[in-house]
Amino acid sequence: MIALLTRDLRLAMRAGGGFGLGLSFFLIVVVLVPFGVGPETALLSKIAPGVLWVAALLACLLSLDRIFALDFEDGSLDLLATSPLPLEGVAAVKALAHWLTTGLPLVLAAPVLGLLMSLPASGFGPIVLSLLFGTPALSVIGAFGAALTVGIKRGGLLLSLLVLPLYMPTLIFGAEVARRGAEGQDYMTPLLMLAGISAATLALLPFASATVLRVNLR
Amino acid sequence: MIAMELRVDNLTVARGGLPVLEGVSFALTAGRALVLRGPNGCGKTTLLRTIAGLQPAPVGEISLDREAMAYGAHADGLKATLTVEENLTFWAQAFGTDQVEAAIASFNLDELRTRTAGTLSAGQKRRLGLARLMVTGRPVWILDEPTVSLDAWSVKLFADVVREHLKAGGMALLATHIDLGLEEADELELEPFKAVSSLGDSFDEAFL
Repeated sequence: MIALLTRDLRLAMRAGGGFGLGLSFFLIVVVLVPFGVGPETALLSKIAPGVLWVAALLACLLSLDRIFALDFEDGSLDLLATSPLPLEGVAAVKALAHWLTTGLPLVLAAPVLGLLMSLPASGFGPIVLSLLFGTPALSVIGAFGAALTVGIKRGGLLLSLLVLPLYMPTLIFGAEVARRGAEGQDYMTPLLMLAGISAATLALLPFASATVLRVNLR
Repeated sequence: MIAMELRVDNLTVARGGLPVLEGVSFALTAGRALVLRGPNGCGKTTLLRTIAGLQPAPVGEISLDREAMAYGAHADGLKATLTVEENLTFWAQAFGTDQVEAAIASFNLDELRTRTAGTLSAGQKRRLGLARLMVTGRPVWILDEPTVSLDAWSVKLFADVVREHLKAGGMALLATHIDLGLEEADELELEPFKAVSSLGDSFDEAFL
């Protein structure tokens, strides 16, 4: 399992691995929004939490189809399925690798980009916290979607359509944490809901992903 | 390695819910190799995938568990941006063995050790893909067209490795059109097993 994780991380770091794809997309969206909205600081700081969350979600979405598709194309997925590693573990490790290469950089970049969006000072902690607790759910749900569409050529569109509705609860509670934080309100309730969603998806979806992969490999 | 036997009994294999081969039976004992022959599309790959445990068999028995099989497909499962050694080391770790050096030596990959797999020629990739079987440490090798794009010298290298594996009590099940230089291997013609009936009761399966 650790071997698979290190391999996936190494692959992501090498040329064409897609590390930084999500991060640069996140950066581009958040840099462009102030230009599109105009230089009103009050408006920007009001929409900052929402924009950061939507941008993070789309950045996650961008690299989802790579999770299993590349391994499927070169035959590694067949070989992984016949290896002693349980497929549930493979699905979980793949989601973890996706989070480490996409979700975690977003969490770390969020405060810097919050500055660009003139996020109020009280909002920095909550946006980082909400992304930290929310992005794992995005990766795990995304891995499930990627497993569903693994045999399909150019399955990206279908994947986005399948995954977006599943992302809604995470987005709603994540953005709520960030918004309440920015407005100086108590954000404990939505944060707990968000953590609950992440914990539940983490516990259940790797099993669903593995089942779907088995069907798709037939 | 304990003496074991792979016994396939009255196996039906299906592709897309429709049976392609029916009543396939054979036995493979430790130290033997079996070559499957048949025209393109007759179901060789489907049969191998079924025996490797990648798809369920609608009818029939396979005596050995999938844990005993090492499957080598058309695609080598190599990562283009990893080096030869990294590719092999990963699979060795995944299968919990430490035979990377032996595999590198057997397939003469020592000079290519630090090259990334993406820069290898088709034949070199194939050799690396076959070296992967060695690091699995599993007794039954299931090989689908193992010698495609190999030159005569590499085919001989491959035959030697298979022979070595058989001598150690392993088994090999191969599907191929090309002469492998494995004269001692048994052959099984798949044409007579071609499915004629449909599965009938599991009609819905065709739409899954």
